[in-house]
Amino acid sequence: MEDVQVKKKTKKYDAVIVGSGAGGGMAAYVLANAGLKVCLLEAGAMYDPATDSAQLKNPWESPRRGASTKFRPFGDFDGCYWGWEIDGEPYTKAEGTEWDWWRARMLGGRTNHWGRISLRFGPKDFKHKSIDGLGEDWPIGYEDVKPYYDKVDRLIGVFGTNEGLEDDPDGIFLPPPLPRLHELMIKKAATGIGIPVIPSRLSILTQKINDERGQCFYCAQCGRSCKAYADFSSSSCLIKPAVATGNVDVIPHAMAREVITNAEGLATGVSYVDTLDMLDYQVDGRVVILAASACESARLLLNSVSRRHPNGLANSSDVVGKYLHDSTGAAVGGVLPQLMGRKRYNEDGVGGMHVYTPWWLDNKKLDFPRGYHIEYWGGMQQPAYGFGWGIENLNGKMQVHGKTKEAGGYGKSLKEDYRFMYGASVGMAGRGEAIAFESNYCEIDPNVVDKYGIPVLRFNVKYSDYEINQAKHMNETFKEIMHEMGAIITWGGDAGPHNNWGLENPGKIIHEAGTVRMGNDPKKSALNKYSQAHDCKNVFCVDGGQFVSQGDKNITWTIMALSMRASEYIVDQMKKQNL
Amino acid sequence: MDRRESFKAIVLGTVSSVLLLESCDSKTEEQVADVIKSPEASATYGRMPEEVARLKEITSKTFFTEEELATITLLADIIIPADDVSGSASDAEVPAFIEFIVKDKPEFQTPMRSGLKWLDIQCLNQYEKPFRDCSEKQQLDMVDAIAYPEQAAPEMKKGVAFFNLMRNLTATGFFTSEMGVKDLDYQGNRPNQWKGIPEEVLKQYKLAYTEKELKECITFDRTA
Repeated sequence: MEDVQVKKKTKKYDAVIVGSGAGGGMAAYVLANAGLKVCLLEAGAMYDPATDSAQLKNPWESPRRGASTKFRPFGDFDGCYWGWEIDGEPYTKAEGTEWDWWRARMLGGRTNHWGRISLRFGPKDFKHKSIDGLGEDWPIGYEDVKPYYDKVDRLIGVFGTNEGLEDDPDGIFLPPPLPRLHELMIKKAATGIGIPVIPSRLSILTQKINDERGQCFYCAQCGRSCKAYADFSSSSCLIKPAVATGNVDVIPHAMAREVITNAEGLATGVSYVDTLDMLDYQVDGRVVILAASACESARLLLNSVSRRHPNGLANSSDVVGKYLHDSTGAAVGGVLPQLMGRKRYNEDGVGGMHVYTPWWLDNKKLDFPRGYHIEYWGGMQQPAYGFGWGIENLNGKMQVHGKTKEAGGYGKSLKEDYRFMYGASVGMAGRGEAIAFESNYCEIDPNVVDKYGIPVLRFNVKYSDYEINQAKHMNETFKEIMHEMGAIITWGGDAGPHNNWGLENPGKIIHEAGTVRMGNDPKKSALNKYSQAHDCKNVFCVDGGQFVSQGDKNITWTIMALSMRASEYIVDQMKKQNL
Repeated sequence: MDRRESFKAIVLGTVSSVLLLESCDSKTEEQVADVIKSPEASATYGRMPEEVARLKEITSKTFFTEEELATITLLADIIIPADDVSGSASDAEVPAFIEFIVKDKPEFQTPMRSGLKWLDIQCLNQYEKPFRDCSEKQQLDMVDAIAYPEQAAPEMKKGVAFFNLMRNLTATGFFTSEMGVKDLDYQGNRPNQWKGIPEEVLKQYKLAYTEKELKECITFDRTA
């Protein structure tokens, strides 16, 4: 047997960051621009949207016509490496748990393909326990984060409109794109029954904001990542400029094994496996910043067991891994007969919806405690794998050029059906807030390791009636909007108690959070209000792990605001020689 | 594909520049061209080594026999024949797509293979020939028996399921081919300015943008 040895990098860094997504990218950006020496560890490969994106490719340029693979679960052109499963990197589930865990392995992480939905949390989102008694209040409020939201808006760029909504705060917005045809129809139908529809808020540049990034040219393909850097990806918008300062060394293919601590219990660095040569390395830094994603950061802390930290690092409270929650999700889809045989024009627009619905009701009058927002889609999208699938369930239900046909069929008549129905689809999905319960958690599976020998996570998660009742409300609301529009519902219409009203498995919405939560009480939280470990002052967690609760928003914008806030705190504390 | 053919997109943007010296209210709008020139695509087009290996593995294997592929070709062209707008499924190389996708998605292999076998057994029983050797009329009679799920006889159920899959694979293959995308007249996937719904379409659906939308949204020059 060969000698086991750990190769130590000789260069000492001010900060070692684990993970290069929204949280890690922002930390690298802020620290590097403050003149600190940063080492950024990324478990996956290098990635630059400018050279690696499949943007503007035609469907026939993929032999599978854009169909999904395990390497790209969102389709062959999607901008994310890996997803629900990774070769050699399993995770396990306790009996009765349904949990899907998305893991990106690339520079920039999942920000390369995300929906760019960039919503601020509102004042209520930070203090929900005070409203409904559930979960926990954050140790900070909207007023603490607002200045950072403002800075993120300016730095990254986001379009939207100031609507003066209490819990969907105004921001510094670029102009949004005009609604598409189906979106105007949605708006008319929904507002007619009291459901607001306002311009969406996406981090896509409808105007140029600097010389490093281009402006949106409306190809609708943000999910592939943008060669012109006209949307936000951590790789292009944060890490690239951070590296340009000369202060950041990026180490790709570096799978973190544990945070190393010294006899005083302080962190000295991170050990990692090089996934290409399978050797172990160690890199030292004055602070260690975890941004590996909520569950990976929790895993890393739980695997960092030492005499001073016998329950895992930053875990004397025993909360690490607990309070795991994802956004809820349920959807309904169908077709709009009035859009069949429609006039053709280019309606690609930006990648994603041009309008959305923020939460509009008072939960005190409902049988579920937290809200949801609605996302919409439809129209004349680029044909891709799956096009025309299941027409036998649809073409017998409607008139084509005035005639009702037999379902299914073949030949010229069928060919005309596809043409006629193209561009008539419409759909909507809810993204809601789940309660962060202590009983929903991930932990180290004592029996399973990944191919690097690192113990893996086991998930224990169950939805409560709160989430199921919320999904029921979503389903009923969506059916009502569809009915108002005169749409034919083709899926999601038969949801009911048998399938929890279409509620997706937790994890499926890829907004997991809560596993390394912050709080003022070190007995009930892992981090303080600056994302700093109570038990170990030079360890920080700046990803979704630090969240106390989700809000009925997507979490990326808040991850970036909190990461920026924590990073500025680190710079300040280093200046004061507290770190 | 030539990866050195860097993509070049010319984007016209409307820039409002406020001329402070003359008057705070006077604005000029000018169209500016912003040329986006991306660097060369990376050597692997951004594909992971695992993806490259997977593609190599798939393309090195053959799944369907010649006879099976002949039947698939006949069925595909019955499902999507040539018409005034575009060519047939086989003109768009749909059979080759089906060969690829059943290797990429192995869950289709058994339904396809057993469905093709079912079809030949039916034809052998009725016409004493496999499907591909039947007359055109015999082929169409057989297809008629399995192409209409709500009308099909109970003993045809297996054939209906197979034909549904065959229809779906054919349509997806055809309408994602260059010929099929042109047939649908999909006009996107190119740099442009989104100026909103064309006026005549708004009129057709008796819809209009609100003043708020026109004021707040980026409209470029909607009349251009």
